[in-house]
Amino acid sequence: MTLAGSRDLRRYSRHLLIPEIGLAGQERLASSRALVIGAGGLGAPVLAYLAAAGVGRIGVLDDDSVDESNLQRQILFEHADIGRPKATVAAERLQALNPQITIDALQVRFDASNARDLVRLYDVVIDCSDRFTTRYCASDACSLEKKIEIFAAIFRFDGQVTRFDPDGPCYRCLFPYAPEPGSVPTCAEGGVLGVLPGIVGAWQASEALKALLQIGEPLRGRLLLVDALAARTREVRFARDPDCIRCGDRPTLFDPVDAHDDESTASIAGIAEVAPEELDAALRDALLLDVREPHEAVLGVIPGAVHIPASQLEARMHELDSAKRYIVACRVGVRSRWAIARLRDAGFQRVAHLEGGLLRYAALDAGFEFF
Amino acid sequence: MPVVRLVAFARLRELFGERREIALPEGAKVGDLWDTLLREEPHASALARGLRFARNGALCGAETALCEGDEISLLPPFGGG
Repeated sequence: MTLAGSRDLRRYSRHLLIPEIGLAGQERLASSRALVIGAGGLGAPVLAYLAAAGVGRIGVLDDDSVDESNLQRQILFEHADIGRPKATVAAERLQALNPQITIDALQVRFDASNARDLVRLYDVVIDCSDRFTTRYCASDACSLEKKIEIFAAIFRFDGQVTRFDPDGPCYRCLFPYAPEPGSVPTCAEGGVLGVLPGIVGAWQASEALKALLQIGEPLRGRLLLVDALAARTREVRFARDPDCIRCGDRPTLFDPVDAHDDESTASIAGIAEVAPEELDAALRDALLLDVREPHEAVLGVIPGAVHIPASQLEARMHELDSAKRYIVACRVGVRSRWAIARLRDAGFQRVAHLEGGLLRYAALDAGFEFF
Repeated sequence: MPVVRLVAFARLRELFGERREIALPEGAKVGDLWDTLLREEPHASALARGLRFARNGALCGAETALCEGDEISLLPPFGGG
């Protein structure tokens, strides 16, 4: 694609004024391809800025639909989009923003089966996902396909941003071990300041554009830590790990891996799962143990439940009776798994787990007010 | 008794505070600092597996020796996106 003489040059005049970009840089962006994995909190600003900047081809990958609770931060979406596929809606918005570029709406789950084929089609990959399995899979695929990956992850007021390069370091050099399932909350579980993904996603977009333009000092081997509550950033240096199983001196991993530590669906061996539909019947001879934190009560409570927050469980274990049967529940079924593991360590035999948490149970019953 | 400054992020900051100083026995390593913190908050052990440490702004292992005045960061992986 050539932009010289095009009527669309005016759109990019503020880029053309910068010596580091200019017409050559803008043409480079027009012939570049970027894959954005996840059209959520981070994905929204990344997608909008890449489209506005004139990146010629943008893949929008997300298999989810717009939920009302997304609208507090996912600024590509509007109220009327609730229930519609995120990839489709995002593609519409980006195309309207910039009709000169091509958008690939990819309504699929990014996993080991398609990772390398998808990544191969683009020049840079921006990881805006919210699952550890996807993060390892994306990093593996980028390392194997020799693509630059711009990484970010967020929690409440905090963000992490960095760049992984084909010759390392990769995500496995930084975090070789996925956290214990249930120990690290997603936005749905732990909450997030609405503007935080905007700040962190804008950093990602900037690094992606720099990578495509080959300008500036890349955020490589540096983990940028953003603390919005303190209005402070820090940096931690890290290098390729010679022992990394993917990009180390003697790699043993030659295919992307997505199968381990699935934080939302991992089951605990020998623990009975109670489906949300079965909860009312099951509670006839069991107690509901609600392990959410005290401030979450405003989001809805089940009458008669025993309430011990997960953070206090070990100290307050004595308040429970190991002869009784407990069905352990939290918001989405992540902390409750952690709580069950602790209860089992303490000798509780009669514990069951509410599958999908109170959120799934609430979806069944209009009478139970829960957010 | 080297005194180090702890910098924790996300959930670990909620548990251990913003920036605090901790005195450790002579010869203590980064892993010993973590063990000391776990005695304060045993349930933080759930965060141990994914956790990384940094000493004075550079990623380091649990075997790294602590020196007077070191700034030690506790870096958990974040889940949200």
